[in-house]
Amino acid sequence: MNRVIWLAAAAAAASVLVSAQIIGLGTIVNGEKPTIAIPDFRGTGDAQALMGAFNSTLQGDIAGSGLLKVSPRTQYPTFVPQQPGDFVQPPPVNETPRSHNRDEMVKVANGGGHWLSDWSTPPVNANYLAFGYTATVQGTLELRGWLYDLSKGTPATAQVIGKVYAGTADENGARQVAHQFAADILALWGAQSLFGTHIYFVSDRTGHKEIWVMDPDGRNQRQITNFRSTSLEPAVSPDGSKIAFMSYARVTPGIFVFSVDPPRDLHFYNQRASVNETPSFTPDGKQIIYASSAPRDSCCRIYMANLDGSGFRPITSSRDIDVEPKVNPKTGSTVLFSSSRSGQEQVYMMNIDGTDIQRLTSGEGEASNPSWNPDGQHIAFSWTRGFAAGNWNVFIMDVAQRSPTQLTHSEGRNEDPVWAPDGTHLVFSSTRSGGPGRYQIYTMLANGTQVQQLTTQGHNESPVWGK
Amino acid sequence: MLSKRIVFLSLALSLALVVAGCKKKAPPAPPPAPPPPAPTQPAPTPGAPVVAQFSAEPSNIQRGESSTLRWQVSGDVTSVSINNGIGTVQSTGSRTVSPSNSTTYTLNATGPGGSVTGVTTVTVTSPPPPPPPPPPTQPSQTLEQRVSSDLQDAYFDYDKSDIRGDARDALTRDAAALKSILADFPNASIVLEGHCDERGSAEYNLGLGDRRASAAKDFLVQLGVPGDRIRTISYGKERPVCTDSTEECWQKNRRAHFSPGQ
Repeated sequence: MNRVIWLAAAAAAASVLVSAQIIGLGTIVNGEKPTIAIPDFRGTGDAQALMGAFNSTLQGDIAGSGLLKVSPRTQYPTFVPQQPGDFVQPPPVNETPRSHNRDEMVKVANGGGHWLSDWSTPPVNANYLAFGYTATVQGTLELRGWLYDLSKGTPATAQVIGKVYAGTADENGARQVAHQFAADILALWGAQSLFGTHIYFVSDRTGHKEIWVMDPDGRNQRQITNFRSTSLEPAVSPDGSKIAFMSYARVTPGIFVFSVDPPRDLHFYNQRASVNETPSFTPDGKQIIYASSAPRDSCCRIYMANLDGSGFRPITSSRDIDVEPKVNPKTGSTVLFSSSRSGQEQVYMMNIDGTDIQRLTSGEGEASNPSWNPDGQHIAFSWTRGFAAGNWNVFIMDVAQRSPTQLTHSEGRNEDPVWAPDGTHLVFSSTRSGGPGRYQIYTMLANGTQVQQLTTQGHNESPVWGK
Repeated sequence: MLSKRIVFLSLALSLALVVAGCKKKAPPAPPPAPPPPAPTQPAPTPGAPVVAQFSAEPSNIQRGESSTLRWQVSGDVTSVSINNGIGTVQSTGSRTVSPSNSTTYTLNATGPGGSVTGVTTVTVTSPPPPPPPPPPTQPSQTLEQRVSSDLQDAYFDYDKSDIRGDARDALTRDAAALKSILADFPNASIVLEGHCDERGSAEYNLGLGDRRASAAKDFLVQLGVPGDRIRTISYGKERPVCTDSTEECWQKNRRAHFSPGQ
């Protein structure tokens, strides 16, 4: 869509932005962030009614990315530009009226919003300005969106993005074009858009624990399974087309693999065992790695099998409990898992053939729910270190450094952290708002900020974030 | 009642309601229209046959019993027949019938002077139901009742699946009770469930519950309980009996529990 305009603008901006590219996790956690001003966009005629949904989505996506700081809008000038023609060049400096009159001296020269400098100088102090407007054109909602680099000084050179976006003329369409515009802005800082990704989770809102799916902002919550049993532990395939989970639907806890659109049972064969659980996909999407109590009904060893359950073979030979295996998404050659092999449950890493087993957590407390960042270097997990048993908090760790960072701090129990496809957000379950035993699903940035609650109906747990 | 109500309503000084109440005391409905005059019996045609008798004796029977139809037709008659499979008969006679349901028989007599009919009905009632069989001498309690009353939970330490002292005692008593139950219900199997408290991760607890159930089963099998009739299942922390975050409650949840199988 208007790719030509977009590419030309991006090329002009590339030299400035190249140093900001691929900042990823480090910037989220520690970095200096550029400031962006995002005044409310307005709509022509009917489109104005949709702008509440549009503006909250755009602001939410940009602020929620953690890549940019949004300057407070109470500081904005009264005039908000809606298109490039709204900007005027300030008069030359030597024509700026200078007076010895004390009353006039306190007046700071400004264009009331018409000058680029109105946005780049105090009190707004932004580095970037997003502006534009929407209108309905023949039943379609069109957004004209611009991003200006305010350091460029003149409107003629400031444009980084200038693009037309189209969506349906309703609130969904307004949110969609806002997500797309936000994704284009965030892409300039190396961010992968989460628009279009999915969070699978367990909900008991129907009276039974079933697998559900929703958008990353909590919208479009839909039920995937309808077993009226207890279904748990969803995992999503690398391409987002399949899920695996454990269910009591056939009495003995066993693994199911489903395609998701539409939901269809792909009939995973469960080897005979009192429990087969915690399935996840290998990075090529062709195998399932899981925990099984086979061969002696004593849970559990790590096994791998084909997508249909055939060809199953053990990887670990523990006399203890090995569960939650997750294959490194980048290398495919190492596996995270949790195990009681050294006492209480801790997080371990091993080679995919079961060799070179290393404990990643210190042995204090209990550590569980390991998950890989898409970068294959960082992990997230839940840990009770420093708290009583059962009081879990979310931690992240660089597996090369082994130094854990605690992201939640005892606001209820915080479990099941799973990285978003962008590698900078996490989804997790927490009792922070519901009280003991009443879990809901939240997202946050990998520095523990921007916490958003996504679910409210029933109890919701075990989220997993996929394409 | 009605007059009382009228008095009450009058006291209430509600004219409208009084009127309404009076309306209920409307004059009796006009009598129904008289029946039509009885049809004049046509004078018997001279020479027509006369059904002097057509009866069933007894007219009420139980299913499987029989009744005797008797008939006598006088006058000038050329043919007599009875429906329901009897067919042409003599002008005087009898026939034993044994209909399975109530049946109305129609006799038709024809002569030169015309036809006449006679009707009789045999009413058939069903015999009383047979007496029910004597109550089974079998178990006085169901499998569910036996399992819940005779089998005790075995409890575990935190994060452990070892059979501790009190669990040995409980499971030893359970072994004796199980042998008795399995003998009384030769087709039944027993499910041995493993449960955990809320503190470990859900995934790990599913494994821990499996090991608890498995350890309890191994202990029972050592005491001679047939292992092929005990199926283990772990519910991890999915099915707590108690939801408080106290040690007392956690201990109640760290258990192996019996339930009837299919």
